[in-house]
Amino acid sequence: MMRAMFASVALIAMPLAAPGAAQDSMPPAPYAYKQLEDPVLEAQAKELMATLRCLTCQSQTIADSDAPMAGDMRHQVRSRIAAGQSPAQVREWLRASYGDYVSYEPEVSATTWPLFLIPLVFLFTVGLILWRRLRRGSAPEGDQA
Amino acid sequence: MIAEIGLAALWLAAALAALQLFAGALALKQGEGAEGNEDGHFAQLVRPAAITQALLAALAFVMLLWCFAITDLSVKLVVTNSHSMKPMLYKLTGTWGNHEGSMLLWVAVMALSGGLIAWLERRLPVRTMLATLATQGFVALGFYAFLILSSNPFERLPVPAPEGQGLNPLLQDIGLALHPPTLYIGYVGLSVAFSFALGALLTRQVTPEFARVMRPWVLGAWVFLTLGITAGSYWAYYELGWGGYWFWDPVENASLMPWLAATALLHSTSVLAARDALRTWTIMLGVVAFSMSMLGTFLVRSGVLTSVHAFAVDPERGSFILVLLALYIGGALTIFALRAHSISEGKRFAVSSRESALVFNNVMLSAILGVVLLGTLYPLLTEAFDVRVSVGPPYFNPVSAIFAVPMFLVMAVGPLLRWREDKPARVQIQLIVVSSAILGVLALVAVLGDYSLLATIGLALAVGLAIAAFLPLRGRRLTRVPLATWGMVLAHFGVAISLFGMASESAFTKERLAAMVAGESVSVADWQITLDGVDPIAGPNWTAMEARISASRGSAEPVAVTPQARTFWAPFQATSESALLTRWDGQLYAVLGDSAGVDAEGMQRWQVRVWWKPFVTFIWYGGLLISLGGALAIIGRLSADLKRRKAARRGAERRNEARALAAEMKEELV
Repeated sequence: MMRAMFASVALIAMPLAAPGAAQDSMPPAPYAYKQLEDPVLEAQAKELMATLRCLTCQSQTIADSDAPMAGDMRHQVRSRIAAGQSPAQVREWLRASYGDYVSYEPEVSATTWPLFLIPLVFLFTVGLILWRRLRRGSAPEGDQA
Repeated sequence: MIAEIGLAALWLAAALAALQLFAGALALKQGEGAEGNEDGHFAQLVRPAAITQALLAALAFVMLLWCFAITDLSVKLVVTNSHSMKPMLYKLTGTWGNHEGSMLLWVAVMALSGGLIAWLERRLPVRTMLATLATQGFVALGFYAFLILSSNPFERLPVPAPEGQGLNPLLQDIGLALHPPTLYIGYVGLSVAFSFALGALLTRQVTPEFARVMRPWVLGAWVFLTLGITAGSYWAYYELGWGGYWFWDPVENASLMPWLAATALLHSTSVLAARDALRTWTIMLGVVAFSMSMLGTFLVRSGVLTSVHAFAVDPERGSFILVLLALYIGGALTIFALRAHSISEGKRFAVSSRESALVFNNVMLSAILGVVLLGTLYPLLTEAFDVRVSVGPPYFNPVSAIFAVPMFLVMAVGPLLRWREDKPARVQIQLIVVSSAILGVLALVAVLGDYSLLATIGLALAVGLAIAAFLPLRGRRLTRVPLATWGMVLAHFGVAISLFGMASESAFTKERLAAMVAGESVSVADWQITLDGVDPIAGPNWTAMEARISASRGSAEPVAVTPQARTFWAPFQATSESALLTRWDGQLYAVLGDSAGVDAEGMQRWQVRVWWKPFVTFIWYGGLLISLGGALAIIGRLSADLKRRKAARRGAERRNEARALAAEMKEELV
């Protein structure tokens, strides 16, 4: 199952990987365990990797997994960042390839809007509770309610 | 035979839980205990039932421990989770490293707490006590039913297996062995708080006395939850091999949510005990805290996290917990709705008062709890409709920070304020000190480097909170400060320390990944890392490649560290044993990865990952400080209470003596 998934990922990844690297990318892809030379780009890649899901693991990001697929995705992220793409572009590409599930950073959409609306409701409720509670309490003399 | 004794004890304990429930309920219905004694037909049964139930549940758990200790391969649970070659320690911890065993541990601890209350607790009115123990019996009964009907730990195999299937090697670790029982004790403590809250609600006795009786249980639960979360986080940090300590994983959130609720409950209980205010709040939070422990158990134990669909295929256990959850929580909320109006809110207080600060933070904690709950459950909900979304750190961190940042600010000020009413001008010097510390650090960090917003705010708040934690001691004779106040100071300081560790880890960590041949060196931060060699080694149930690495900092002597890549064979699994080098200002974290082919000269290359994580250890030191503060508060409160009780008793005795003496003298005169 995992092997099949890995193979399919490799298939998707191949035409998009850096030229030359594509053919021998089965065992660890070059940038799976290698940092980018440029510290700024590496920091960008690192930050992005910490927000991407390793699809073959349970609740792990690709930044903290030894799974072959996580390594492959780290390679993808690093080589794309090195090629000049912005983290947002890379995330978009990964979303297009693997679906929304790959990104730990939900965006407002038809399926995720409650994730953003409900905290706003919390904020409003918190304000209301505090306002009512503290305003009512402002007369300390009227002891028992 | 051992397994049968265990099962019999479990059935008997369940029967006694039923007796505890019905005897308690009938006693209340018949109006027994109204005169303050427990001599009624039914009332007198309740305490002995709870104590006997505790002994039987403990016996059942000991029997299961025994089965694991001798690796009884005719017991199904032992076969699926143990192995005759395992070290004895992990045979024993394997008892609760699985679903059935951990649920048995849960009911055993719950029964023991119930027994302890029945045996020792004499402060509450008799009727409240009866209601509390009956509720405890009711909750226990559900869990016994769950164990016996759908998760029998003592099930025998028709034919004994030749060998056990082993235990997940990741779980063969002392940190993880102790982590689940610690959390369970916390969950159970909250179930006791729930029983007390319902007992008080049913008998309309939501009083400061009730809060004082409940407080040690809430504090105890909270201490254990804190320890459990701290241990779990440290375990994930060193065992998973990538240096992460918190992933906002649903399993982690399942333990964080009860902690948040318990923290709010704890503070609310203190207000009730000290000032007779926030009565309905306290009851409500008691219900919420226990709901969160049940929800945590449901999430972890039902299999719903692996996949909603897996849960739908085999829903027996999950549905069972869900029914229990609905029954207890629905029942409690119904009683709450029916009774809440009959309990007044209690004493009033001004906007600028300690109560207000506590209310503010309770509301913030509840909001954070709401955010975590939403982010944890929402993906499960959409998955049921075949839409998969991931909610992770980029969501949880900023959204919870919206509520956490104001909370930390108020937390710095709250303990300085007086109860009931205070003038902010009275504490203006302290306010100036704390706010200038926060703003100073904020400016400093912003000038020195380009760090993420949350990390910057975290660093500034941590420094402010650390100073503010000790300000309540200002102007007091330190020898006369009550133990419970020291507890608060330490716990608040622990929060600051932990926050500092998190912010520092996030802002300043340096990472180095390298493919190295023996003799090669790399540097990370101000450390020089040299790979001296890699050798195969073998342990009791694993083999490994072990790297010999020397790490030196500046001109200091190099220190040897030996990270391993282990392979377990029963069952097969690869793990990485990271090597940690702890310094006062951080930790060096080294991991050996796979071999990385050969270099141009044919030398074997190895993947090595090294991190320097400044002050990362503060995260867990903070957790320990928080727990220590909680423990001090328990000791302080209990001893003060005992002292007060003793004094009251002595006073009463003296009065009686005086009366007797007066009567005697009168007689003599006549």
